[in-house]
Amino acid sequence: MRDATVTRSGITLTAMAALCTALVAFTHELTDERIADNERAWLEQSLQPVLEGVEFDSDLTASRTTIPAPHGLPGADAAIVYRAFQDTTPVAALFAVTARNGYSGPIRLLIGVRADGRISGVHALSHRETPGLGDRIDRSKSDWIEQFAGRSLADPATTGWRITRDGGDFDQMTGASVTSRAVVGAVSETLLYFESNKQGVFARPADQAEVLAE
Amino acid sequence: MTSLGERFKAGLWYENPGLVQLLGLCPLLAVTTTVANGLGLGIATLSVMVLSNTLVSAVRRWIQPEIRIPMYVLIIASLVTCTELVFKAWIPVLDRSLGIFIPLIVTNCAIVARAEVFASRNAVVASIIDGFVMGTGFALLLIAIGAFRELVSTAWLLAALPPGAFFSLALAVAAKNAIDSRRANRETDSVTEPAGQLER
Repeated sequence: MRDATVTRSGITLTAMAALCTALVAFTHELTDERIADNERAWLEQSLQPVLEGVEFDSDLTASRTTIPAPHGLPGADAAIVYRAFQDTTPVAALFAVTARNGYSGPIRLLIGVRADGRISGVHALSHRETPGLGDRIDRSKSDWIEQFAGRSLADPATTGWRITRDGGDFDQMTGASVTSRAVVGAVSETLLYFESNKQGVFARPADQAEVLAE
Repeated sequence: MTSLGERFKAGLWYENPGLVQLLGLCPLLAVTTTVANGLGLGIATLSVMVLSNTLVSAVRRWIQPEIRIPMYVLIIASLVTCTELVFKAWIPVLDRSLGIFIPLIVTNCAIVARAEVFASRNAVVASIIDGFVMGTGFALLLIAIGAFRELVSTAWLLAALPPGAFFSLALAVAAKNAIDSRRANRETDSVTEPAGQLER
């Protein structure tokens, strides 16, 4: 009697589990492609600020590559790089790196470098800088971070890659020199890395992305 | 069997899952920083509630009492996963702003409560109506608190922060109780008053 109940319960649960799995599988099948498209669109949209004026025809999502630490880029964890190509010619590399010496915690930066070594744009992805002071690295709050566009290691020369207070060429944000210094430092570090690893950055194989399996 | 109007009154007011039963408070407190978020989670919860009530009611004769909780969990978890996929595919903006709180609908005890209390004992159509009514009650509360916090936070920053969620919910519950007790008083005070005026 007792055994019969257990068996029945087991069968009911199994049947229900099968039904529910089928339901989820069906929904997955239905939404799969749209979700992948959305994610691609979202990524390209968030990379847009550092891609101004860059012409490319490649798929950014598929170009993602992870450079494990230690790598010489800012930050202690693995750096993520997206590569943009025009007719298979490399045009720009976008580095997602971490400046660790921010005023409060790490600053995630997206730094776009054109193949010729000029910066296409810098964008703060996430940070916890002081509201009203350091948070002006956000594009929505001030245009401070836009001063990097077009600069390169030759403009200004190495000694100029500092904030004005330290004798360099870059204006600091008033009341937020720690934040400014961290960003300028991270950008120049990225440029130095790009200069010595340019070939490697574009030649690296892309990550095997699970989203792009199909 | 109570009328449809009565059922709506119960779901939206007298038995509102958030205001009266105080169920599902975790998402309610966490996401109601804006109207849009409240609306998004409200719609997601509402659809899961309708679907789970439907499914639970449809299979209720095969559910032995010993395994009913795992059955509910299985059904609700699958439906939430489907809802999440649908959100990701068609309303990605909302999915990003709600984040983890869509998958967390699984743990919303208001849904299990409806499955246990209503859907497992009633016919499919009645259960669908119940899910819709209760879900709407919950969604409207989410929207109301979201609207309140979004408006008030411009003048009073605390409203947008976690403590503001508790204050807002407390105010909502207090307001409901105040309205109820005033209405009860009026009904006992003036039996002669025309019925129309009681509806104010």
